[in-house]
Formats: sequence, C-alpha cells, structure tokens
Amino acid sequence: MLHPRIIPCLLVQNGGLVKTVQFADPKYVGDPINTVRIFNEKEVDELIVLDIDATVQGVEPDYGRIRNLAAECRMPLCYGGGVKTVEQVERIISLGVEKVALSAAAVADPSLVERAAEVVGSQSIVVVLDVKKSDWRGKYEVFTHNATKKSGRDPVEFAREMAAQGAGEIVINAIHRDGTMKGYDLELIHEIREAVSLPLTVMGGAGSLKDIAALIKTFGIIGAAAGSLFVFKGVYRAVLINYPSRSEKDALVSMAVS
Amino acid sequence: MIAIVHYGLGNVQAFANIYKRLNIPAGIAETPEAILAADRIILPGVGAFDWAMKRLDASGLRPALEEAVRRGKPVLGICVGMQILARRSDEGSLRGLGWIDGEVKRFDETTFSQKTRLPHMGWNDVAPCNGSGLFRELETGARFYFLHSYYFMARNPDHVLATTDYNGRYASAVQAGNVLGVQFHPEKSHAWGIQLLKNFAEF
Repeated sequence: MLHPRIIPCLLVQNGGLVKTVQFADPKYVGDPINTVRIFNEKEVDELIVLDIDATVQGVEPDYGRIRNLAAECRMPLCYGGGVKTVEQVERIISLGVEKVALSAAAVADPSLVERAAEVVGSQSIVVVLDVKKSDWRGKYEVFTHNATKKSGRDPVEFAREMAAQGAGEIVINAIHRDGTMKGYDLELIHEIREAVSLPLTVMGGAGSLKDIAALIKTFGIIGAAAGSLFVFKGVYRAVLINYPSRSEKDALVSMAVS
Repeated sequence: MIAIVHYGLGNVQAFANIYKRLNIPAGIAETPEAILAADRIILPGVGAFDWAMKRLDASGLRPALEEAVRRGKPVLGICVGMQILARRSDEGSLRGLGWIDGEVKRFDETTFSQKTRLPHMGWNDVAPCNGSGLFRELETGARFYFLHSYYFMARNPDHVLATTDYNGRYASAVQAGNVLGVQFHPEKSHAWGIQLLKNFAEF
C-alpha cells in the first residue's frame, strides 16, 4: 500500500536555514547540509527546500548549493525558489533533484508548467500555492513573492488550471498558518482536494504529530509537510531538528486510518 | 568496480555516496572507456522517456553500454532508466533500448478508485516474487520511494522480479539475463535502498 508522506520543509535565506511566522520574522535554525544529514539519519519520507531569496531578489537558483544538497539527500528532494524557465527546470533535475517547485513563475505564465512537464515529465513538476484570505469577505487568494504580491487568482480555480497544464503535484501553503503551529487549514485543503485529482501536499500550521494524524484521518493518502514542528522544540522554540521514528510514524498512520 | 552512468539525468552522486559509505568501489562514468572498464553498471534516471533517450544518445555512451550488455555485465536501470530498457513507451515516440522485451504503459486512471492518484508518488511496499538475489534481506516489509505515472509491462512474466500494488499489481522490478531494472529509487530509499544497491554489487 502507498503510505502518506510526512515531509520537513526547509527555507533557505542568505545561505542558512530559517523558519518564518506568517512568512515574516525569519529565525536562523542552522546550516542546510548539516540539517539534511540529521534528516538522513531520521529517515524522513521526503524533503522540500525552498530558497526564499531567489524570486524576491530576482536572482538565479544557486546551482552549486542545489547540487550539494541533492548529493547529500538520501531521501527524495523537492527544490523551489527563483525557477522561471524550462532550461532552469532541466538543469536542476540533471543535478539530481527529483522534483522542482514552481510558484510565482507558474502564476505569471501557466504554460511554463506544460512546457517543463514535456521535458522532465509531469511527475517532477510541483506547483506551490501560497494562499491566504485576502479580503473582508474571507475569500482565499494565491500570493507570490513571499506573500507580498496578490495574484488575483482563486486557489481552487488555479489548482485546476495547473492540473490541466500537467503538474504532478500541488503543494498548498497556508500563509496565515505558517509558523503558528495551530493546525492545518482543513477547510482550504478540503476545497482543493475536491477540485483536483493530483497528489496533494499541504503545509502551514502543523504544531504536533496529532495535527498530522488529524490530516491523514480526514484525507487519507496526503503529503503532510511542516517547518516549525521539525526544527523547534518546546514553547521557547529552541532549535532541535526532530522527526518521528519509523515505528512512531507507522503507529500514527495506522491510528489515523483505522 | 561499478560504473554509475552520467548521461545528464538522475542522481549519480547519490549512488556514489552510498557505495562510498559501503566501501564498495564505484565511480561516475562519463566516457565509453569507463563503462567498458567496469564490471557492473547503473543507469540512473529521473524525467520523461524521450528526454532520457535523447540524453543517452547525445552522451555518446550508448554504444559502450550496448557492448557491456553483450559482454554480459550486469546493468541496473533506475526509474526512467528502467523504462528505457523496454521497446517503447506510451509517454514518448522514440524507440527504447529494447534490452528487456516489454513496453511502458500509462496507468489507466479510468479504473482508479478515488483514493488512487497519478503520479504514483511516495513510499510503497515491494514484494519480491522469484527469489532474486537483488532482494536478499528485502523479502518482507521493504518499502521504496516511487515517482512515476507509467509502468513497465514485461511480455514474459518470468522477467518480473517484484511487484507493487497501485490499484492492482504491476512489475516494480524486472530482469532479463544480465539486464535489470527497478521502477523505484533505491538511492532515495534509506536502508532498504542501500541494501538493494549492496545486493546489486554482490549479485
């Protein structure tokens, strides 16, 4: 049987790892390569690494860093940040990355997804939707550039379009829950889950393994991603890289699906 | 010595790192000489079928690989590196290598239950079915990482080494003579993957 995926998501800024709250107030949590080594030992299901400088500063992805990360990862790696062209996608995949995440560039030009999937295959193209409620009516909207730019796009309708363009996975990142550790936005996830039949990974708000169990109980096979949960410990948010053991994970999943 | 073929796709360094930790001699092969000097060969892969074939042809390494296969050296294809061992694929229009009789089919979404989605992405169980040495100490409970929408359909059922259930069982590992292929990514599958790569080295 296919197992739900539990995925640490790491943010890179100025060459170091940081964790944000609602996409702001980055706190330094460590060195990327060291952190990957710890996650190797903990046998994580998958890893997402997002360079949060690249798009905002308008710079190329740092291919040297990506190569080093991919070589170190003994688990599948999804890289995102500053990817705008098919050539960049191709280059990143050839460095040994399994999946490339597109976000602002897919909003600006949805056909990028189709063109990239044609070369590297749909299975390696991930679209990340940074989402929050944007107006007084409480309507969800897709944002880009670290949540500073409104796209005017409705996440459900945009997810459908990305699926039609040949995306292999949708990642929903709930901006308003990021770093809050108050649980996933199940309402938002439900809307997108209904709309598309692609694999779905969600992040923003996981504060405990119970939140992940609740997510799996509701949605079955899903990617449960988290930042704070796997890099902080305790109410004072002391940096401690952590992840459930294989038996803890299996117990959590079997509890959730029973 | 194991040659990890570097034709511009797949995570060659991840294989090299694992063999280094295992103290098994292996190197990244970028020349025909390096491939012919090796006694075992890994053909990695991530990406679409035609892209992989184009990259392989452009690398200039294909004649050396064909020669190695003729000489009976064990060759292990990974993911799309396994799929190109077939004659053709639903995913592309180029001909495959044809080293294992079979074709690559797209999973039929119309028969899927609601919970089954494409691509097949994540950790799934692999059940060895013919006692192959490739799955030594992986006989029960082994899980590997999958990322694909197309699967290998071997013409000869005896060529199937292991199966995986994704809305029905399909071949997740195949072998014809000295040519082997796995649909999953052993280089990204923690201890299970390391064991499989060790088995291939001792095969």
